[in-house]
Amino acid sequence: MAAPVVEFRNVSKTFAGHKAVRGISFHIDKGEFFSILGPSGCGKTTTLRLLAGFEEPDEDGGEVRILDEVVNHRRPYERKLAMVFQNYALFPHLTVEKNVAFGLEQRGTPKGEIVTRVRNALENVRLDPVKFGGRPPAALSGGQRQRVALARALVLEPSILLLDEPLGALDLKLRKEMQLELKSLNRRLGITFVYVTHDQEEALTMSDRIAVMDNALIAQLGAPAEIYEHPRTAFVARFIGESNFLEGAYAGREGTWALVRRADGSLVRGRGGDGRAEGAAVKIAVRPERVELVQPDAVPEGFDALPATVRQVVYRGEMLHVRVTLREGGEMVAAMRNEGQIRNPVRWQEGVACMAVFAPDDARVLEEDPA
Amino acid sequence: MSGGGGSGGGGLRLAWLRWSARRPGVRAWSLMAPGTGWLLVFFLIPLGFMLAYSFMKKGVYGGVEPGFTLEHYLRFFDPLYLTILLRTVVYALGCTFFSLVMGYPVAYVISRSGAWKNLLMFLVILPFWTSFLVRTFAMIFLMRDTGLINTALIAMHLVQEPIEMLNTPFAVMTGLVYGFLPFMILPIYSSLEKLDPSLLEAAEVLGARPFARFTKVVLPLSMPGVVAGSLLVFIPALGSFLTSDLLGGAKEMMVGNLVQNQFIAARNWPFGSAASFVVMGVVLLAVFGFLKSRDDSAPGGL
Repeated sequence: MAAPVVEFRNVSKTFAGHKAVRGISFHIDKGEFFSILGPSGCGKTTTLRLLAGFEEPDEDGGEVRILDEVVNHRRPYERKLAMVFQNYALFPHLTVEKNVAFGLEQRGTPKGEIVTRVRNALENVRLDPVKFGGRPPAALSGGQRQRVALARALVLEPSILLLDEPLGALDLKLRKEMQLELKSLNRRLGITFVYVTHDQEEALTMSDRIAVMDNALIAQLGAPAEIYEHPRTAFVARFIGESNFLEGAYAGREGTWALVRRADGSLVRGRGGDGRAEGAAVKIAVRPERVELVQPDAVPEGFDALPATVRQVVYRGEMLHVRVTLREGGEMVAAMRNEGQIRNPVRWQEGVACMAVFAPDDARVLEEDPA
Repeated sequence: MSGGGGSGGGGLRLAWLRWSARRPGVRAWSLMAPGTGWLLVFFLIPLGFMLAYSFMKKGVYGGVEPGFTLEHYLRFFDPLYLTILLRTVVYALGCTFFSLVMGYPVAYVISRSGAWKNLLMFLVILPFWTSFLVRTFAMIFLMRDTGLINTALIAMHLVQEPIEMLNTPFAVMTGLVYGFLPFMILPIYSSLEKLDPSLLEAAEVLGARPFARFTKVVLPLSMPGVVAGSLLVFIPALGSFLTSDLLGGAKEMMVGNLVQNQFIAARNWPFGSAASFVVMGVVLLAVFGFLKSRDDSAPGGL
């Protein structure tokens, strides 16, 4: 198998005693759309800057490898990558054309070739070279600047493109549009994308794989569906999508499922939990859309059910979020489609008794968050 | 507010607000009035007098006598005075050049000094706490034959005789650069400080090595500061007289000294005025030429 395009081997970075990245390892394959996702301060930006070459790992801080070479001490201009910055970082004193040509000029590309490649790059990001080429960045809208920044990076035909929250400043509609466009550029050009964001929806939409970072570590790495369906820790379950949490004590196994004893003695089943000691305090996560509310006497076979009372119904148009108080303490949210009377004749109202029901396969026994 | 006192005052205020609301220019002018008034009375009117004087005949004991003549301007074309003008321009240009060459790196380093920025900028403007006159005298003590520099050099046996520094072009240039350097550093610093560091990172990822990052990104983006600093140094340097008087002696006379002499010693107000206007003409020409050349060379706009 071909060597990965990017590889981090146990990489650490410390700033004045503060550990920004604590011994992380991962690899990125050629052509992959790889996202690094996490809240601010989690270390995702430092990870990207280590890859770009703006930061060097600590001494004995592991290895950053690009195309099978250790690049720990290589300057950014010695690495075969390009980058799109959060605020675009377009040169305000240069026209759009000159901005896009900047990297080629630095590399000593012949004049005639620069002209063609700049034009192609602008067309690639759907900017009319004739109309926009001569303008300064200040005369462009946010979306257009974004495209120029992209063209300026792509014109170099890099093997890796780094993107640091590039869509943060755009409005929602434009952001959705650019998400699809970035994804299709990634597919069409075969360039490896490394995308840093704090927006979980963005990461889920575009990525082949996501590294979720928390507290200077990678909390979980996997395909979007894997991370959403099988969050490993409470942090991941909370940060990617929404989750209901149930607490209890590990009480052994029933087939492939783990058993968790709740405070009132009832048992709840869920996946995972391997290797936990009997009696250990554990958390279970269940997605709101996997929780259903049924009448107390209508619990279907094979589901776990928790007696509850409807506390609040939040109307969200297409969806209804029904918040219930569990009889043995705590609460849960059930997200349901706002369907018509035929399919869903029960209208949940405050104070109504019900059962919160979910399949054991939709419940996940979480690992502990690392310190 | 002021209208609270009575219905009369309130009515007046309201009337003013209504009336001026329909004339936005009036409000702007009322804000500008104190400053413009000051300049009008204490700058423009005296300047008008000077202009008029420069075309009149010289009075016997100073002052002027009515009449119209171009003789004072023609007199300035005497090689004696042209030499002084040329020397002045050379000094001013030299001072601007050396201030730029020495001031830019200082501004650059300070702009990237993080937490130390404010302290360092404070040190740059610290000299302004004492009078320029006192500081120039201090330079005499440094540079004269028995001054600090010569005493030290002789004590270290580096030279036998004191090096003659006072009353040389070297002394004048040193004094000028010393006096005007902060005016170069301040505006360059402020334009470098505004420079977005991510632009440098962008340039670096795009393949620019340190030298290219400086010439392609830092320098062009700090040009407004360089222009402002150069004008702030060049213009007052052109009109300076204290430095050349104290450090240059009679040999290194600048136009400023000439004007001063004509007004105070020679009592030739018209010629002094004419000399002033010649300097002003040089300044205007230089500034417009400078700004024009920048307009043409930077279509991207700055």
